[in-house]
Amino acid sequence: MGSIDVLPIGRVDEGALRAVEARVAARFGLPVRRLPPLPEPDDAWDAGRGQHDSSAILQRVLASRRPDAVRVLGVTEADLFIPMLTFVFGQAQLAGVAAVVSLARLRQEFYGLPPIPEVLAERAVTEAFHELGHTFGLVHCSDSRCAASLSTHIQQLNQKRAEFCRSCSTLLEGSVRAAADSEAPASLEERS
Amino acid sequence: MKRWKILIVDDERVMRESMAAWLREDGYDVDAAASGREALDRVRETDYAICFVDLKMPPGMDGIETMLELRKIRPDAAVIIITAYATVDTAITAMKEGAQEYIVKPCSPEEISLLVQRILKVKNLQRENLILRKKLTRQYEFQDIISKNREMHEIFELIRRVGPMRSTVLIQGESGTGKEMVARAIHACGNGGNRPFVAVSCAALAETLLESEMFGHERGAFTGAVARKRGKFELADGGTIFLDEIGEISPKLQMDLLRVLQERKFFRVGGTEEVEVEVRVIAATKVDLQEAVRAGRFRDDLYYRLNVITMEVPPLRERKEDIPLLVRHEVERLSLELGKEVTDVTEGALRLLMDLDWPGNVRELENALERAIVTASGRVLSEENFSFLAREAAAAGPGATGASGWTPPSNATLQDVERQVIEATLRGTGGNIKEASIILGIDRSTLYDKIRRYNIPRVPGAEAEHEPVPKG
Repeated sequence: MGSIDVLPIGRVDEGALRAVEARVAARFGLPVRRLPPLPEPDDAWDAGRGQHDSSAILQRVLASRRPDAVRVLGVTEADLFIPMLTFVFGQAQLAGVAAVVSLARLRQEFYGLPPIPEVLAERAVTEAFHELGHTFGLVHCSDSRCAASLSTHIQQLNQKRAEFCRSCSTLLEGSVRAAADSEAPASLEERS
Repeated sequence: MKRWKILIVDDERVMRESMAAWLREDGYDVDAAASGREALDRVRETDYAICFVDLKMPPGMDGIETMLELRKIRPDAAVIIITAYATVDTAITAMKEGAQEYIVKPCSPEEISLLVQRILKVKNLQRENLILRKKLTRQYEFQDIISKNREMHEIFELIRRVGPMRSTVLIQGESGTGKEMVARAIHACGNGGNRPFVAVSCAALAETLLESEMFGHERGAFTGAVARKRGKFELADGGTIFLDEIGEISPKLQMDLLRVLQERKFFRVGGTEEVEVEVRVIAATKVDLQEAVRAGRFRDDLYYRLNVITMEVPPLRERKEDIPLLVRHEVERLSLELGKEVTDVTEGALRLLMDLDWPGNVRELENALERAIVTASGRVLSEENFSFLAREAAAAGPGATGASGWTPPSNATLQDVERQVIEATLRGTGGNIKEASIILGIDRSTLYDKIRRYNIPRVPGAEAEHEPVPKG
């Protein structure tokens, strides 16, 4: 059975990584494997914006995918952006294989508050579910408590649970089963 | 609800692709174009609800020029100009030129999400409004009767001539040929736009109910008459009353109707006070009234009163040249109403539709198109989308000749035939009234009335569930 690989990009909070691995394995019903970390994503740094280019990092995640992996999820401490938007919590290939989650804006410290590791871990799991959900074909859900709903700021993310609504769960389970049953795609370029 | 399409126009690949990917995650259909020229090509093919256009694109066709050309092709598309901070003045100019909004990049995810939601909310309301307006005008527009058939054009001419008069009109034609549409067109041509048009289906109600329905009743006239009720004739005062299936009314009602036609006066059921109305009467029938007169089933004096001006609407099988026109018109109308993006029908499918006899006429054709559009996944209807017609014909056996694949038995009365059709349809739907009413092209209340009248069990073959409707 193919795995969901978790790929740290640079130094990443270990507690958050472990929470993501355990909860992704339980929710998606696939083995989760930790890949060796990539170096800090300096080449994706945009000095003008003071942030990292999310699309560039997603390409690196995609390039690191192993043939026996069903999906690969990059996790980074870098604050991510796409050119049009001031920031993104994460990015994924819709119905593709790669996704990335940034912990930068999930930390209490980002908002001038004292750190709470449990809050960071819970938000990281919710975002990991959200981005992996996209790779399994889920689009944003209208149920604001569903992990697949859109978060454009941290308050919206706080409203979400690290769980999918019944409708998204049904769609997700079908896609996960299909992905697990099928051979891994031959080309990694198809969704890039 | 319709799935809206969005176009991103930007010469920077990373910009347009990341933006497109972000919007796709929101469930929209998103395309991206790398230049103004490519955008115009896409817009010619696809009806986009929103076009995001980057202001700064290479010379030759910059954002403003692209927007102006886009708006010529799709004036309803909302153009949102994307600009950097330094060019806000130009963006304001763009808005004066017709852009709906501008956004300064980079913008917050919330801003862009709310902007798209707001524009699409307005688009949804506009679309609903358009459908409602179409539904309304459909009831009153003469142009909605589509035909290039010579006989139909003679009818159009007659409608124009008799519309402004108050003469009684008798419309004859098979079920589903559009007799009510003709009646509405006569009403509309008679400057009746703001006056009432009241339709009564004489076949749908038992005699006592029909009498009360047409003439109203006084309080206490019969059990359940708890208040005075105005009848259809009173409701139609100053306008037109359309009496459909006039050949089905009882001798008693024939007499009452004759009196109204002669004197324009009647009594409410149980009433002693005469009610006077100024109503134009248009009657319709699918049976041969002259034959009914000869057989003694219909009063000759009433027949002559009704038969002042007669129009004979030909069945669809006698005007097959209209099928392509009707199909095109209905595909456009139904796609809009059903929120589907079906735009055309293949030659093969059209040939298949023209080969059928359509015993249920235009109504049956409309129902077949609606069924095909509802189940279609593509933009063009092919023969495959109409495969249910062949299945139905095959299920009906070798005697089948029409689209619904059914030939009436030779010695059956109309009532026998109707009962058998309803029974067969209910058997086919396993007793599902809603589904059966759609297949039969009648509303559910009419079907319930017929089930009661013919005492048909809900699932034919089982015991009857309904009490027979008392006669007289």
